[in-house]
Amino acid sequence: MPAQLVNILYLISAVLFVLGIKGLTKPKTAVRGNMLSATGMLIAVLVTLTDQQIVSYEYIIAGMLIGASIGAIAALRVQMTAMPEMVALFNGFGGGASLGLASATYLSILDGANAVVESANPFGEGILGIVSLTSIGLTVLIGGLTLTGSLVAFVKLREWMKSSFSLPGGPLANAVLLLAALGAIVAVCLDPSNTTAFWAIAAIALVIGLSLVLPIGGADMPVVISLLNSYSGIAAAFAGFILGNTVLIVSGSLVGASGIILTRIMCVAMNRSLLNVLFGRMAEGGEAVDADEVYGGKVKSTSSDEVAMLLETAQRVVVVPGYGMAVAQAQHAVRELADVLEERGAEVEYAIHPVAGRMPGHMNVLLAEAEVEYDKLVEMETINPTFEQTDVAIVIGANDVTNPMAREDKGSPIYGMPILHVDKAKTVVIVKRSLSPGFAGLPNPLFAMDHSLMLFGDGKKAIHEVTQSLKE
Amino acid sequence: MDIMVLLLALFVLSLFLGIELITKVPPTLHTPLMSGSNAISGITLVGALVAAGTGGSDTLINILGCAAVALATINVVGGFLVTNRMLAMFKKR
Repeated sequence: MPAQLVNILYLISAVLFVLGIKGLTKPKTAVRGNMLSATGMLIAVLVTLTDQQIVSYEYIIAGMLIGASIGAIAALRVQMTAMPEMVALFNGFGGGASLGLASATYLSILDGANAVVESANPFGEGILGIVSLTSIGLTVLIGGLTLTGSLVAFVKLREWMKSSFSLPGGPLANAVLLLAALGAIVAVCLDPSNTTAFWAIAAIALVIGLSLVLPIGGADMPVVISLLNSYSGIAAAFAGFILGNTVLIVSGSLVGASGIILTRIMCVAMNRSLLNVLFGRMAEGGEAVDADEVYGGKVKSTSSDEVAMLLETAQRVVVVPGYGMAVAQAQHAVRELADVLEERGAEVEYAIHPVAGRMPGHMNVLLAEAEVEYDKLVEMETINPTFEQTDVAIVIGANDVTNPMAREDKGSPIYGMPILHVDKAKTVVIVKRSLSPGFAGLPNPLFAMDHSLMLFGDGKKAIHEVTQSLKE
Repeated sequence: MDIMVLLLALFVLSLFLGIELITKVPPTLHTPLMSGSNAISGITLVGALVAAGTGGSDTLINILGCAAVALATINVVGGFLVTNRMLAMFKKR
């Protein structure tokens, strides 16, 4: 196939990716958008398979068979509650693919198997060689750190590793590692045959991924996943520079941009800067708040029957889901309760905080799985003014995003974080296992308010019991 | 060299295009957006295919190329399938 035709077909697939993402701007067009992207991918892959450089197919067929089976099984089996883990793992695979591709390309050019230009420097004369080698180095660096960083994120999201710990040196060590990696890239540029320096880039990149993500706690995972998503795209774009491949550059930067935007949204929703999430701890500001002082004698426990009685007369109910709903797999139970309430003539809406859950949009997917209509999922800014007209707010598995201290207590570490004004509702029912604090480690004065009732227990079971008593 | 400048222009413009496009994606669809962009970043498959198919005799190159193909294919196949599964749930009603 002539090079011009190849590039035109690549252009078509890049356009299909753009249209595909555009389709994702509305739930109605989203499925078609995804199909368009998939078509773009199919075109790009088929075109590439006709490439004259490809002479043997055994490794290609083996790789594609393995990849397609793992991918298909994972995609069809994964539970919606486990989506954050799956996306984290896939980010890592994306990084790993870029790392493998860049290393293989580097080694084979070095072997002279397909020298870019016939010259002393197989990577190209002068500046061209430097650009080419820098692209290889950066792809290895970003691909490598995305791989290990995402694997750590995956392990943390699976809760196989509960504690967070930092490698010695903290942010400073990361800076030193990064400089060392950049130094190794310079060394490879100066002497392309310096394979030791090349492998050093890869090794340092893998370590940076670990030291970057190991210290970050569970509730900051939405930021980390978004950031690694961005990196996996940037790595693909850099790989495009190595190969001079336009479709890689366009789609890599689209994914990179997507991750950057989501990272920003998550940071704004937590009122923290990206650097603070990556390297800082929650501010230690203010005097320590004693949980006993906040809760002492003021927390009222309730029963499912009592909650059902409250709901019997409620006109407007708002459900506030959090990560705990995902853990308890309570989304279907919540939907059933909402159905019963709606049959009785009440209005039910869901208040979605941007960082509720472990990844952007986590709650929306869970509730969509439970067949809740998406226009009932209301964003924070829109639903906040309506809490005053809400008879009962049911908080299930959410904590920090409802903490009124973020609004009122200037000394609080979470002061300034946008929250759901759940406490403005006439009655607040909090479904929770215990009074244990959320990720911020702070007591939540909401639980001790006069109009708050704690329904202790497993979220799924508790909601189910409320539904049963309401039906009776 | 000219080609590198063109590629760089393409990179920068695509970043801006991406930012414009993705700001318009509603929060409800952020998870499918992430898994969908996972699938799109599997475009590295295009490069991996060439790396795995050059037919060299160096085992390390072949293994790295084959691994890159496998990982990128997981992203492509898994990413598009799971996104489709999720979006179908949004469409139902």
